[in-house]
Amino acid sequence: MKSVKPLLEVKNLHTHFFTKAGVVRAVDGVSFDVKPGETIGIVGESGSGKSITAMSILGLIPSPPGKIVDGEINFKGDNLLKKTEKQMRQIRGKEIAMVFQDPMTSLNPVFTVEKQMVETILAHEKVTKKQAQQRAVELLNMVGIPDPKKRLKNYPHEFSGGMRQRVMIAMALSCNPSLLIADEPTTALDVTIQAQILELFKKMQKELDMAIIMITHDLGVVSEVCDRVMVMYAGKPAEFTQTKKLFDNGRHPYTTGLMNSIPKITPNKEKLQPIKGLPPDLRSLPQGCSFAPRCNHVMASCLTNDPTLSEVDDNHFVRCLLYEQSKKAVTT
Amino acid sequence: MIKYISRRLLMLIPVLIGVSILAFSLIHLVPGDPARSILGEKATQSQLEALQEELGLNDPYYVQYGRFLGDILKGNLGESIQSKESIGVELLHKLPATIELAVFAMIVAIIVGVIAGVIAAVKQYSWFDNMSMTAALFGVSMPIFWLGLMMIWLFSVTFDILPPSGRLSTGVELHTITNFYLLDSILTGNWLAFKDSFSHLLMPGLALATIPMAIIARMTRSSMLEVMRQDYIRTANAKGLKKTLIVFQHALKNASLPVLTVIGLQFGLLLGGAVLTETIFSWPGIGRYVYLAVLGRDYPVVQSTILIIAIIFVLVNLITDILYKYLDPRIKFE
Ligand SMILES: Nc1ncnc2c1ncn2[C@@H]1O[C@H](COP(=O)(O)OP(=O)(O)OP(=O)(O)O)[C@@H](O)[C@H]1O
Ligand SMILES: [Mg+2]
Repeated sequence: MKSVKPLLEVKNLHTHFFTKAGVVRAVDGVSFDVKPGETIGIVGESGSGKSITAMSILGLIPSPPGKIVDGEINFKGDNLLKKTEKQMRQIRGKEIAMVFQDPMTSLNPVFTVEKQMVETILAHEKVTKKQAQQRAVELLNMVGIPDPKKRLKNYPHEFSGGMRQRVMIAMALSCNPSLLIADEPTTALDVTIQAQILELFKKMQKELDMAIIMITHDLGVVSEVCDRVMVMYAGKPAEFTQTKKLFDNGRHPYTTGLMNSIPKITPNKEKLQPIKGLPPDLRSLPQGCSFAPRCNHVMASCLTNDPTLSEVDDNHFVRCLLYEQSKKAVTT
Repeated sequence: MIKYISRRLLMLIPVLIGVSILAFSLIHLVPGDPARSILGEKATQSQLEALQEELGLNDPYYVQYGRFLGDILKGNLGESIQSKESIGVELLHKLPATIELAVFAMIVAIIVGVIAGVIAAVKQYSWFDNMSMTAALFGVSMPIFWLGLMMIWLFSVTFDILPPSGRLSTGVELHTITNFYLLDSILTGNWLAFKDSFSHLLMPGLALATIPMAIIARMTRSSMLEVMRQDYIRTANAKGLKKTLIVFQHALKNASLPVLTVIGLQFGLLLGGAVLTETIFSWPGIGRYVYLAVLGRDYPVVQSTILIIAIIFVLVNLITDILYKYLDPRIKFE
């Protein structure tokens, strides 16, 4: 696993928003990598910077007020942060595609599905409109939309939520991207539909051999589809490792807190233990570890020293003072 | 679709009855005797009574109203007290004048207003945004008669490049077919008349365009700002589409819905006769026609014209609703 050259490598990414009320440190030192064909999960509470991380990769941070102030995003060896807007446009939708949370609002209501799919294909491929239409039919067929030829002529409101998400996925896949970023793609859907959509992701990944970044706050989704997971807290990675390791041997107190706060179906009804307190205000982060005020294992040093991401075990990175002393740090 | 339109047209009937009652009674509530205003202060009592009898002004109101409605249903809009001309024939000249002016003003207002609004929204808080929105603020609050007089002073009196009044210079011949002068001059291949009538149209058209232009620009801007925040715009960006395509197709089509409502409303108002503009520039349209009729207490003219204006207003509304359907596929005609 370690020898494979990463497809995407995010290094020490800092994306801040300069608002009147202060600087919002939405992403504040995120590092991770994605290997070809792999599925990486990003989990964390609302506001932890998951979407902003994704939008930073695509170069879609609204500016002003947002700005990537530091870091590198290497994709296939090139730093995306050095690319011009025109070059980024050729990468978006072609090399890196994205599926969003709410399929009800993510498609343009006044255009047919056909128009929205065809324009994506035409933006990136040298094909005729006819060929693009043909491709759109194949794509809809591939994501499991019955009667695709007829359905293409429909408007988004004529589809159900699950079907719309299938359309979104088909659209994202239209240029065979090597990386698909899915930002909570199942959150807005019914449970049964959620399972179908996750299945679809797995199937598509196998067929098209693409890497996926799956953003979610649902650990169930993570265990279902992800090879490795990054847990984010307040704009920083808390823990990054293989999914199995995280579930069996999660180290960061925030990770274990998350695990204990998901309901499990067990005969002896364990009491749920939600993480106490609220995420910090990203405009005025506490000195030291930003999780310290909510942490069950907080030590005196946590209030003054900000931990760094350290490799506590092979391919297991944790950002916590509990583990820092003995291990070498990977980022500063 | 056909069903929807015919139902909407049927719904016109009660509206028009209401308007006709209103038009009829309003004029009778205003103090002043039409017979006296026609004959002047020096008329004798017997002259007055004779004219009142002739005009049917002595009959009870419901008889007068019945006669009014009956005539209209027969397609007879009556006769002007002042000019003794058939109102229908007069409207055949006045209405095209007003429509020509309103359409020209609206085209200018839409083109300038929408483009300014889109640029202002895309470049929010830029100097262009600040400047155009300040201008728009002046635009909506500009007294038209003042603007009109300033234009005449500047372009007609000082520089003498545009004619101050009317639709056509004396001496310019135009064989009229539709009474839309621009159209007629094209139809008859009369280049001179085209240039002349266009130069007459320019000032009143621009004066009339000011307010709708300002309203459309502001509406377009706020609507675009709202739309540009939507998820589907983010999707369009994530697909790698060009910015111009996103702004002018994806965003503008969605943003145009509330703008269309404003356009319909403003257009209806302009078609209803721009009394001030038509008066300042002596434009022989229905606005000026009604204005003069009110001054002269020309009851039949006021009544018939108000009715015509109401019909136009409702028709414009209907067209707006149908256009809505083409812009927004979610709207169903039930
Ligand atoms: N345009 C903006 N201006 C200021 N702050 C912003 C802006 N966009 C995002 N933020 C802030 O950045 C932080 C991270 O946001 P982000 O959308 O990445 O969270 P998230 O992890 O995706 O949460 P969720 O699960 O709710 O989607 C939030 O605190 C948010 O308030
Ligand atoms: Mg998010």
